[in-house]
Amino acid sequence: MEIVISLAIGVLVSAGVWLVLRPRTFQVLIGLSLLSYAVNLFIFSVGSLSLDAEPIVQAGLPPDLLHYTDPLPQSLVLTAIVIGFATTALFLVVLLALRGLTDSDHVDGREEEP
Amino acid sequence: MNAFASGHLVAAPVLLPLVTAAVLVGMGDRWRRWKAGLNLLSMVASLALAWHLLQAVAAGGSTATFGVYLPGNWPVPFGIVLALDRLSALMLVLAACVALASLLFALARWHRASVQFHPLLQLQLMGLNGAFLTADLFNLFVFFEVLLAASYGLLLHGGGTGRVRSGLHYITVNLLASFLFLIAVALLYGITGTLNMADIAVKLPHVPSGDRGLLHAASALLAVAFLAKAALWPLNFWLPSAYSAASAPAAAVFAILTKVGVYAVLRLWTLCFPASAGASALFGGSTLLWGGLATVGFGAIGMLASQQLGRLAGYSVITSAGTVLAAISFDVPELTGAALFYLASSTLAACAMFLLVELVERARQVEVDAPSADDSEAPLPTFGERAAPQDVNLDDARMPLVGRAIPAAVAFLAVAFLVCTVVLAGLPPLSGFVGKVAMLDALLDARRDAPGQWRGEAWALFALLIVSGLLASIALMRAFITHFWALQERAAPRLRIVEVLPVLLLLAACTMLALRGEAALRYTGYAAADLHVPALYTRAVLQTRPVPAPAARPRP
Repeated sequence: MEIVISLAIGVLVSAGVWLVLRPRTFQVLIGLSLLSYAVNLFIFSVGSLSLDAEPIVQAGLPPDLLHYTDPLPQSLVLTAIVIGFATTALFLVVLLALRGLTDSDHVDGREEEP
Repeated sequence: MNAFASGHLVAAPVLLPLVTAAVLVGMGDRWRRWKAGLNLLSMVASLALAWHLLQAVAAGGSTATFGVYLPGNWPVPFGIVLALDRLSALMLVLAACVALASLLFALARWHRASVQFHPLLQLQLMGLNGAFLTADLFNLFVFFEVLLAASYGLLLHGGGTGRVRSGLHYITVNLLASFLFLIAVALLYGITGTLNMADIAVKLPHVPSGDRGLLHAASALLAVAFLAKAALWPLNFWLPSAYSAASAPAAAVFAILTKVGVYAVLRLWTLCFPASAGASALFGGSTLLWGGLATVGFGAIGMLASQQLGRLAGYSVITSAGTVLAAISFDVPELTGAALFYLASSTLAACAMFLLVELVERARQVEVDAPSADDSEAPLPTFGERAAPQDVNLDDARMPLVGRAIPAAVAFLAVAFLVCTVVLAGLPPLSGFVGKVAMLDALLDARRDAPGQWRGEAWALFALLIVSGLLASIALMRAFITHFWALQERAAPRLRIVEVLPVLLLLAACTMLALRGEAALRYTGYAAADLHVPALYTRAVLQTRPVPAPAARPRP
């Protein structure tokens, strides 16, 4: 479980960083999205990964991390997803505006001189 | 501890802009005058509120006063906490001043460039105030995102290729910084099991040594996120182009955005890594110091290299942020207090500078109106003289003097620019000078008190404070000469009173800071002294109890 999660985060981060460093705006957008997925998974994983455990207290089970998963990282992830989604949407709008204004999808609005 | 008869007032700096923004969003474009009036009213109320809170925390004299508010009324380490102390109150006042100046300036014409200018400005103020007040790490992230989202909108305000291009870079950089912020918050939560800043500070000394590396990694990531916003070299490459591309009112608000990063570093670093923190004492202090010194140098050289006024102002923001960061890294309360005074003065002056830049640029070129949906309103009477004087002055040799009287508008711009130069470069007699002298004085005092710990770094800061002032005054005077003395044949610029007023108010505030320098320095000194005793803050926050439910409350 830990191996799978860390591999997933690692792959997402490396792909995200590589794409963010690319010169095309769309690649940067996808890179930012991948990075935000990686960050969300990471936040999720700090709350002690556990299988078949829920964050809601039930009668008869003592409320500790042996029987439940930590609810706080889940709420943090939820907030982070919402904020990341909104800012990515804003980025998309700016990307399209730049594309329309400069007729180029280079992040600087013009191709580099060779 | 809680000095506020009604603790609810601590939440008001966040709620007032939020409610105003919500109302403003709902008002259509036909209500533009009402929107402007409501925004102005709310902005003045925000400033009055911030000033009232500042007076309330200052009333305690040398004893630390805190206003702690539990918005959800949950017990302390679990729920969100808002905490007001001297530093936050000072930042609240600065944010309100800057936002009010920006709004006044925008009322001349910029607010017509898009329908959502007013709500965006209010949301920007809300994010700033929330970031200054919150005592919860994740809540800090949320308020950072609020203020960043509003700043994206403000940066794009007015449109155009330049703004969209630098807006894209600005958004990318800040999104990446936000991801680092999130990773660091998650790590800190994993290590300490809490998100409340005071609780984190209390638990840090008990972190097992095996987790200490992870803790330092998390703190370093958090610092990178903050320092990217505080424009520490080498994380500040995006700043000059973004700030110079922004419209004047937006750039004026951005003058305080770098200070948010400085504030967050100052708050968390003094809280979590004081000199008494054992294995983690003053973690990262030398990075902060050398980074700050490099930033001062970078900013000063950048000022010299800039040809455009907007970039010049942008680099001056970088210089002042670097100065404050380098000064606080010494962990000497007197030096931090002086740096806070300098921060206040340089924020106000930078805000005035960004407003002046547009007025001066307008004077240099054929007037191009901001993109506007409605041009029907006639401009207000101008400052410029309508006709050149008819008579010719004669000098002692009874020869006619070539040239004519300087129009009032040009004279105003020139004097205001000079005053800005004096404050930004730290020349006597205004507030920039007071701040710099106080910092130099604190450095020398530190040397006298503890000669053994006096390091070469302190000399480096000492020298850089003076040299950066020299370079800044050279750069600004050169800009002054090219813009005002190398006069070409052209009509006087048309200024409106509402555009002149915010510049005048900001410069008057700088003057007041210098005139009342003793009181202001005492206040910032107390603020710094409170910061260097983190137990005061943690005790005030952790000892706050939720208000009991009405049924459980004893009847009077």
